Amino acid sequence: MVQLTVGAAQSSRAPFAAMPKNMADLLQKVATSRDIDAFRKLFEAYGPRVKAYMMRQGADAAVAEDLAQETLLMVWRKAGLYSDEKGSATTWIFTIARNLRIDRLRREVAWQPLPENQDEEASDDPSPEELLSERQRRERVQAVLAELPPDQSEVVGLSYTQGLSHSEIAERLGLPLGTVKSRMRLAYQKIREAVDDMQ
Amino acid sequence: MKITHHLDDATLMSCAAGSQPEPMAAVVASHLSVCPSCLSGLRGFERVGEVLFDGLETVGLDRPAPIVAMRAGEQDGETLVRANTDAKRTEVPAPLRHLIGDDLDSIHWKRLAPGLWHYPLPLSANTKGDLRLIKVGPGTAMPDHGHGGSELTYVLRGSYTDKLGTFRAGDVADLGDDVEHQPIADPIEGCICLIASDSKAKFKGWVARMMQPLVGL
Repeated sequence: MVQLTVGAAQSSRAPFAAMPKNMADLLQKVATSRDIDAFRKLFEAYGPRVKAYMMRQGADAAVAEDLAQETLLMVWRKAGLYSDEKGSATTWIFTIARNLRIDRLRREVAWQPLPENQDEEASDDPSPEELLSERQRRERVQAVLAELPPDQSEVVGLSYTQGLSHSEIAERLGLPLGTVKSRMRLAYQKIREAVDDMQ
Repeated sequence: MKITHHLDDATLMSCAAGSQPEPMAAVVASHLSVCPSCLSGLRGFERVGEVLFDGLETVGLDRPAPIVAMRAGEQDGETLVRANTDAKRTEVPAPLRHLIGDDLDSIHWKRLAPGLWHYPLPLSANTKGDLRLIKVGPGTAMPDHGHGGSELTYVLRGSYTDKLGTFRAGDVADLGDDVEHQPIADPIEGCICLIASDSKAKFKGWVARMMQPLVGL
């Protein structure tokens, strides 16, 4: 059974969800004034988490260290592309780490990096009301994830945290492919309802 | 481009997680490059990824911030420009251009059967599955076939129709393994699509039925 670890408040580590504004501000400083102190703070905050992510996805400690370093280096280089109107700093850094993992750990020929939240259509910009609620939204997602039935929580964890495909999850759990997909849909339906409910 | 057939939630989840098999990822990236609705849907799934990422037990880094590399990369940073959002919308979606170029008419199609051509795309050595372009002549019917696993189809040109509806350029068919269908290509334009499947055998199976009694694959 894979346990989903959501950034819970009782934990000793400080989830960034609690301070998205600070992180976005640091990124802005890096972007506009190439502020090395601001970058060091981002590096300390995100580096160890990116390393943990890479290790959960199958990288050994040395490779994970390199990938974490490289991810943060990309944050430094691409900071100018980040806009807090497009989502939180954490989501942005997560997508960079995810893309780098696929690029380096899997070396796929047919792989093209997915957009990192910077090149969406203008019409997708959230309104100011939506921006205000971004933190609440994340809290809702956390709450729903924490309360998912174990069978749904398991497939979500295997997908995001261990990087397994639908078929790999089906094989691992001895389930039909359709069951894996429907558990994912059910899990996300709950999240969507909880988030849409806020509007 | 009016898009009427979209990606399944389970597919978007796998995409946001970065957990898709390589051939599927190519089809999904193609559709996302032309479908603002799926792209915006993907953001919701990335929020889930963010929350799980945020909750990971951290592992301390051994080395300090790469200040030297950062300085060295300064020039790089200056030349980085926003991703090109207004890239001219050709028939070939941006994520495929490095694989097949930008002109479907200059592809070296291989004939498989009357009214059916293909062009297999390279995948990494250890990847399971199959990714290929398929060109179907006007009005040609494919054999009735089911899917033993996952199959994703992205339409690049023309259209095809089956019991699920008509799939036009930009549409994606994200079919479960329980769907049996018999697509028929557009009577005038035919159809060119990109098909990803998690097994090679499946593709061979339905092509074999179509090209009998020609020499097998």
